[in-house]
Amino acid sequence: MTGTLLFVVFPYVCLAIFIGGHVWRYRYDKFGWTTRSSQLYERRLLRIGSPLFHFGILLVALGHIGGLLVPESWTEAVGVSEHAYHVVAVGVGTLAGICTLAGAAILIYRRRTVGPVFSATTVNDKIMYVLLIATIILGLGTTVLGNLTDDPHNYRESVSPWFRSIFYFQPDPDLMTNAPIGFRLHAISAFVLFAFWPFSRLVHVFSAPLGYLTRPYIVYRSRDAHLGARPTRRGWERVP
Amino acid sequence: MRVMAQMAMVMNLDKCIGCHTCSVTCKQAWTNRSGVEYVWFNNVETRPGQGYPRRYEDQETWKGGWTLNRRGRLALKGGGRFKKLFSIFSNPKLPAIQDYYEPWTYDYETLTNAPLQEHTPVARPKSLLTGEDMKISWSANWDDDLGGSPDHGDKDVLLKGIADKVKFEFEQTFMFYLPRICEHCLNPSCAASCPSGAIYKRTEDGIVLVDQDKCRGWRMCVSGCPYKKVYFNHRTGKAEKCTFCFPRIEVGIPTVCSETCVGRLRYIGLMLYDADRVLAAATTPDEHGLYEAQRDVFLDPNDPHVVAEAERAGIPRDWIEAAQRSPVHALINKYRVALPLHPEYRTMPMVWYIPPLSPVVDVVRDTGYDAEDRGNLFAAIEALRIPIDYLAQLFTAGDPGPVDTVLRRLAAMRSYMRDINLGRDTDESIPDAVGMTGEQLYDMYRLLALAKYDERYVIPPAHAEQAHSLEELATDCSLDYEGGPGMGGSGPFGESSGGATPIAVENFHMLVDRQTSDTLVDPGDKELRVNLLNWDGKGRPAGLFPPRHDTPAVPGGGDPAGEVEPKP
Repeated sequence: MTGTLLFVVFPYVCLAIFIGGHVWRYRYDKFGWTTRSSQLYERRLLRIGSPLFHFGILLVALGHIGGLLVPESWTEAVGVSEHAYHVVAVGVGTLAGICTLAGAAILIYRRRTVGPVFSATTVNDKIMYVLLIATIILGLGTTVLGNLTDDPHNYRESVSPWFRSIFYFQPDPDLMTNAPIGFRLHAISAFVLFAFWPFSRLVHVFSAPLGYLTRPYIVYRSRDAHLGARPTRRGWERVP
Repeated sequence: MRVMAQMAMVMNLDKCIGCHTCSVTCKQAWTNRSGVEYVWFNNVETRPGQGYPRRYEDQETWKGGWTLNRRGRLALKGGGRFKKLFSIFSNPKLPAIQDYYEPWTYDYETLTNAPLQEHTPVARPKSLLTGEDMKISWSANWDDDLGGSPDHGDKDVLLKGIADKVKFEFEQTFMFYLPRICEHCLNPSCAASCPSGAIYKRTEDGIVLVDQDKCRGWRMCVSGCPYKKVYFNHRTGKAEKCTFCFPRIEVGIPTVCSETCVGRLRYIGLMLYDADRVLAAATTPDEHGLYEAQRDVFLDPNDPHVVAEAERAGIPRDWIEAAQRSPVHALINKYRVALPLHPEYRTMPMVWYIPPLSPVVDVVRDTGYDAEDRGNLFAAIEALRIPIDYLAQLFTAGDPGPVDTVLRRLAAMRSYMRDINLGRDTDESIPDAVGMTGEQLYDMYRLLALAKYDERYVIPPAHAEQAHSLEELATDCSLDYEGGPGMGGSGPFGESSGGATPIAVENFHMLVDRQTSDTLVDPGDKELRVNLLNWDGKGRPAGLFPPRHDTPAVPGGGDPAGEVEPKP
């Protein structure tokens, strides 16, 4: 029962908030959709911390996509043994996790100690930091501690199938209830983070400017499409 | 040929007295909000001087603008698309707030609240970023009128080659003022640097704007602009820049900075240019050729072929006529006395300057010679190489030739007009010496010296069928926007969220909030700030005056129990 609640109902609720929240926020609040950079206030610490954190977490995200979405049978089909996969995943994952955590530590230290940055920090930011750091620490802790034992848990037989089962709408909570406590806590904390995501500054993840690589350098726009600071009222649109 | 229209400006530096009225009125109109306290869309610099932000012209440090790569092609100096994306998590070339200045206010309240004490209370400066006490050490015009130049005058970027020749002693120095706004370039490197594609150039009038809904705060435009005229609003996390007062331009009135300029030194008008030739002109190999190359991009609005092409490109008839009467076109291409600011950045800037003759005139006058005599002035232009070289660094990438020509024309205008003013016969050899006719010199005098309002500003309004939705005309209800009447409230994610509030509405509410607030500085809430810069004398900001007494003083004798007003 608890399993169903935690690993079926809760993920779906969180994902619904995640998707619906983003749609709503984008429609309602394009103006607030920004990184809210604080580089203007301080750049020495940011110069080290921010790339460390961001590149770290991009690597972590790639690792999660590989570990959660690619079934074990596929990697075995191309001849990668479970052991080889595990060594690489744990090695790279731990490194990336430590980079991320170190970067985050620098950034949080900066946020607390640099006056202007601290006064620009909102409650929303603080909640986001708690959720994000908790998720990272739970994930990194589970990986590191789990591998200190002789028989590390193979999450690709429990967590990954459960995660995929959510997306083809046949969720199997039993897979998860049998996983070690670390994985369960990490998953729950991650879903809480997903639910909070659209309402925080984390939305800037979805504005990664990949279009910059293909668009022409200079953008021309006609003022006719959008006169003044407000959208044209219905029925008053300009006729071409 | 692809004809496009560009709203452009020329400033006559000879007439600038450095009063900063343009800066202050611009700030009142556009950057009196929190998050942009340090931002001056219009600023006036004393040259020689470091400028604002400090040493912004040092492109070896800031990497703004364009450059030619090894294959001779035009490339962003700050690096291409991939480099931009890889450095997106920490922009390596972003000026820090210290390069501008840390904004501050004063705790004026202490002046009225302080208890009786031996010493006069003082209003201490408080940082607008942290609210803490701070020591003021720089501002947007800290080196105004060469202030402090014995200490840091040599930090002017342009003095690199001629520093040993320039003396900062009072008797030997020269100075002039340089008002700067966004250049609204034909080839804007800020727009090219923007990863989100939020900065765009308007097809109708060429004004470069930031789409506040598309900007994601990557800050690459701030580094990309060599003039450092894109600013980062540190509260909303969005880029902001000079808008050429587009709501005013659209209804045919000049920008705030121009309208309020007491020296009447700004000229606004249209330029027609060939968009197909911009890239080739910006790629001119020799930096000294960039001024001529840009002049060649401009089209002659009186040429019937150009007019036909312009009409084919959809430019309205009245706009073409405005381009024909444009004072900017006259100063740039007819009289050729206006020069671009730093053409070597290859952005094709569209705010041009008439270099000042006054340093030269002053020297001649101080030596006791006739400062309006052509011979004396021409000789002085020849002799005063340092001011000329310095002006050339600003306006022609270091080529003294065009600066020399312009100053000679200005000098010729002075001598020629003196004869007319004194009722003497005109000396036609004067215009001949500078390749102009007497009539042209007279017209130039009329435009430069008399500078009638309708001659310096020739601004065709946007069209009547669009009028109801232009910002400055209140035929729509001004509160009638999405989320309105919003009454200045914030969205659920703090002050930067929700739709953008129309500027007029935002300013109104800010003024009301300021006048009724009672806390000095609280960066957490923009509505609780007192800033005397914005106080218009109406209303009473709480804390500015001591509280009123409940019982009013009764004239003539009065109430023995009543309080007595303390006498100062």
